[in-house]
Amino acid sequence: MKNLLFLFFLGFTLPVFAQDINSLVASARKKIDAVNDYEASGRMKTNVTFLKVPVATVSIYFKKPNKLKVKSEKGISFVPKGAVSINMSNILGSDFTVIDGGDDKINGVPVKIARLLPTDENSDVVLSTVYIDPVKNLIMKARTTTRENGTYELEMSYGKFAAFGLPDKIIFSFNTKDYKLPKGVTFDFDDGTKIKASDVKNKKGRAEITFKNYIINKGISDAIFTK
Amino acid sequence: MWSLFSIELYKISKRPRTYIAFIAITAIVGIFQFAFKADGTNYMNLMLQSVQDTFDLDKTKAINGYFMCYIILNTLLIQVPILVALIAGDAISGEANMGTLRLLLTKPVTRTQVILVKFAASTVYTIMLLIWMAVTALFLSMYIFGVDDMLIFRVKGEESQILQITKDDIMWRYIAAFGYAAVALSVIAALAMFLSIFAENSIGPIIATVCIVIVCTVISNINLPVIDDNVKPYLFTSYLVGWKGFFYIGTNADGEPIKGSLENWPAIRNSLLILFGHIGVLLTASVVVFNKKDILS
Repeated sequence: MKNLLFLFFLGFTLPVFAQDINSLVASARKKIDAVNDYEASGRMKTNVTFLKVPVATVSIYFKKPNKLKVKSEKGISFVPKGAVSINMSNILGSDFTVIDGGDDKINGVPVKIARLLPTDENSDVVLSTVYIDPVKNLIMKARTTTRENGTYELEMSYGKFAAFGLPDKIIFSFNTKDYKLPKGVTFDFDDGTKIKASDVKNKKGRAEITFKNYIINKGISDAIFTK
Repeated sequence: MWSLFSIELYKISKRPRTYIAFIAITAIVGIFQFAFKADGTNYMNLMLQSVQDTFDLDKTKAINGYFMCYIILNTLLIQVPILVALIAGDAISGEANMGTLRLLLTKPVTRTQVILVKFAASTVYTIMLLIWMAVTALFLSMYIFGVDDMLIFRVKGEESQILQITKDDIMWRYIAAFGYAAVALSVIAALAMFLSIFAENSIGPIIATVCIVIVCTVISNINLPVIDDNVKPYLFTSYLVGWKGFFYIGTNADGEPIKGSLENWPAIRNSLLILFGHIGVLLTASVVVFNKKDILS
């Protein structure tokens, strides 16, 4: 009788604990696939050593399969080129082989690590590592290594749009190239402040996007992405 | 004193060379505006360099009236001292050349008053030039290119930076910058007038002033530690570009610009005080030398 009860209990719990990484990725992908397009408004805070720019009010437009546009509502905005990867369908949209990367914790939440290797040999993406919350089927963190544009890292936190796999906040980290103007070109006012370039080299850039609201699956014109 | 001042202004207004400066400014500003309207993105590409590899930016928005004025002032304020010297260098030597200096000094005014009034008239001329620059370089550019946030490209120490100032935080900076430029150019006027006391014709003091400004500007822009520490602080040309300090916006710990702030107000204030000091010294020297000047020979 004891053995029967044990087998009965095992039969219910085993699928939860030993959830296959492929099915976990598929579940996360299914959630994201439900979004055909969205329009979101938010604020983008860019933190790059050589850029002293204010927080920008931005609109973000997405349309399947991988069209994404970040537009400044007013003023000038520096939009990181890799910002297209803030859309998860860009990472999970193509064909890939999934490798189980084990377990980890993000902010105390247990996550599963999935390494995605694109099957297309010519893909710009070399490797994507995604950290998935197995309970909510949400991607909490993603790291994408590309051939041309270095490595991007995304950290997401979710709120009322979690059901669509859309985050309330994204912290997007990216590589920046050194910015150096030739001396004497700008005829600057020397206020006596001394800054050594070695103190500021090789730092990563960071953009923090906080979304206010999403308008999901209401249709978006293609013209928005060409402007 | 007031009538003497009015006469000096009248004399300046009647000299054809007075208007050369206004025509030159109009021409230079016009050429810049045409060039940037035709192909401003090339300049923007040069300044942005590798930033374009990492970021997308609407360059047409960045080339706006505020940005244009900054670029024009950057170039023009190097040449304007020459235009100021054209008038101020003629203040005393012009009178000597025409033989009116003795006549002027027979009037019931002291020599000190004559120097002060001629300096005041040169300053008014300088301010008029700056107002004209504001009209053509700022307001006309705003009309042609529109207005938006302003980007400042800057080298600070060994680091290059891009500062962004929102469009509602720019105009007061221009007013302050033009005010600073008026003080800076008044130093040139005082120098040219001081040199004009020693000459019998205007060419000498004008060329001497221009040469001093050029040599000192070249030294001010040499980036050698030994010159930075031992020579630059004593050259007035090191402070001529202090107007730019009004566009170096203060930032918080995250590098986010703070609206209405200045990165280093004490440095701007000290530069202003040094420029006022130069004016004081040059004017005093002019008064002393002019009071001792033999006008009979």
